[in-house]
Amino acid sequence: MSILVLADLHEGQLAGATAHVVAAAQAIGGDIDILIAGEGVQAAADAAAKLDGVNKVRVADNAVYAHQLAEPMGALLVELSDGYSHVLASASTTGKNVLPRLAALKDVSQLSDVLGVESADTFLRPIYAGNAIATVKSDDALKVITIRTTGFDAVGESGSATIEAVDFVAENSQSSFVKEELAQSDRPELGGAKVVISGGRGMGNGENFKLLDGIADKLGAAIGASRAAVDAGFVPNDMQVGQTGKIVAPDLYIAVGISGAIQHLAGMKDSKVIVAINKDDEAPIFQVADYGLVGDLFEILPELESKL
Amino acid sequence: MKVLVAVKRVIDYNVKIRVKADHSDVDLTNVKMAMNPFCEIAVEEAVRLKEKGVATEVVAVTVGPKAAQEQLRTALALGADRAIHIETDERAESLAVAKLLAKVVDEEQPGLVILGKQAIDTDNNQTGQMLAALTNLPQGTFASEVAVDGEKVNVTREIDGGLQTVALTLPAIVTTDLRLNEPRYAKLPDIMKAKKKPLDVKTPADYGVEVASKVSLLKVESPAERKGGVKVASVDELIDKLKNEAKVL
Repeated sequence: MSILVLADLHEGQLAGATAHVVAAAQAIGGDIDILIAGEGVQAAADAAAKLDGVNKVRVADNAVYAHQLAEPMGALLVELSDGYSHVLASASTTGKNVLPRLAALKDVSQLSDVLGVESADTFLRPIYAGNAIATVKSDDALKVITIRTTGFDAVGESGSATIEAVDFVAENSQSSFVKEELAQSDRPELGGAKVVISGGRGMGNGENFKLLDGIADKLGAAIGASRAAVDAGFVPNDMQVGQTGKIVAPDLYIAVGISGAIQHLAGMKDSKVIVAINKDDEAPIFQVADYGLVGDLFEILPELESKL
Repeated sequence: MKVLVAVKRVIDYNVKIRVKADHSDVDLTNVKMAMNPFCEIAVEEAVRLKEKGVATEVVAVTVGPKAAQEQLRTALALGADRAIHIETDERAESLAVAKLLAKVVDEEQPGLVILGKQAIDTDNNQTGQMLAALTNLPQGTFASEVAVDGEKVNVTREIDGGLQTVALTLPAIVTTDLRLNEPRYAKLPDIMKAKKKPLDVKTPADYGVEVASKVSLLKVESPAERKGGVKVASVDELIDKLKNEAKVL
């Protein structure tokens, strides 16, 4: 078997998700190649070559792949997928955007959000917002799979794969990039952070989210939010943790003023340790929290910050 | 411009799901069903395009059992002009649905196709992208804004870390994210009128599409339950537990 992993890029650099997808590829077994596609991606290719267990890094460096638009990326994957038994990507918005195109053009199904590998053709994946886990078997000749990265521990970085250029240049006259508005932050990325502190509707307004900043600084944490806080306009939607936002599984998750709606729990319940701070001692979040603290967050947060 | 909008019948999002005792699937007997929430947003967007004069006709389509006509009637009540029901009792997966929709696109020649980004039952998030690939049309997935501008459509997409705007040539495929719009409720007179709107019934065989998939569902289980822990009395006790018991600080 041989597996092609489509790498995730973040502002031209290799994103942390890829090391998790390579781990999933190792669980399947076989030769593992990584595809880096973008414009000016040599640094990402060098980083990918260091990932453990990687055989070869294939680099498609061309303006047509800048911003990884679905149409040229799909065409590139179709061109390169011959000879592979599996094509994997993370279940990021890029992986989800691109991989179904490959699957459709190869006339095979796609398995989404795989979080466990039973064998080379049998996988576990969440359905109904993670309220059930399905075991599915694919008899397709090519298995096209997106990986939920929280299901696999990242591989190390002591490898030395070979790097080779891909000459194929896709045509694209159908779609063009207009602009991107990315949240600028010095904090770790939500998906990869070891500690996440999230605020909910209980924060009251967007200004009060600053109460989380000091604690996040001390813990090296990413800051998230519940959908209620996002819908109320407190914070932008890229901070949302939950079924319809980011799925996170940090070592420590601190939920502040979050009641614990199913849609939020779906995004964080695989965290190793969960702390809940809420004034309502009946809030459902306490049913999943390892440590619950009932009280007024406006008193608790400053105290917590000063004592950490 | 004609707009084609695809809808799916799924378990109502408020229903707490149960796994069958034999672990063969989720139990759907006597469970309330509804239109997939992302599809409601798709219908709403199509209807708004018609209200703005951008769309001239809105056609709703679904693939599913006979009962899925309820969801088509809902789409008609919300403002779609006519509906196409591709009836099958088989478990139609994304690829088969995309193949059927591709045939409908071929027949109807819409300027824009709008779908939900995913259905809340199988959570696949594939059909729109597959349809785009099969019809060789550009795609704007996870849309939070759709702006038709002459021969192009600008789609603002919710991506990891922020927003991305792409310009697509028409015809194009758009999939909806949650913040694209807030769907309206159907009014009683519109529900009555919807009963008289045209609804064509077809079968996958009419389009020459095989619904069977090479993916088999072996087992469905409930996820591991997370047990609640303890309540602590103070910030000091919390920090102590995190340091010495959980060892995460």
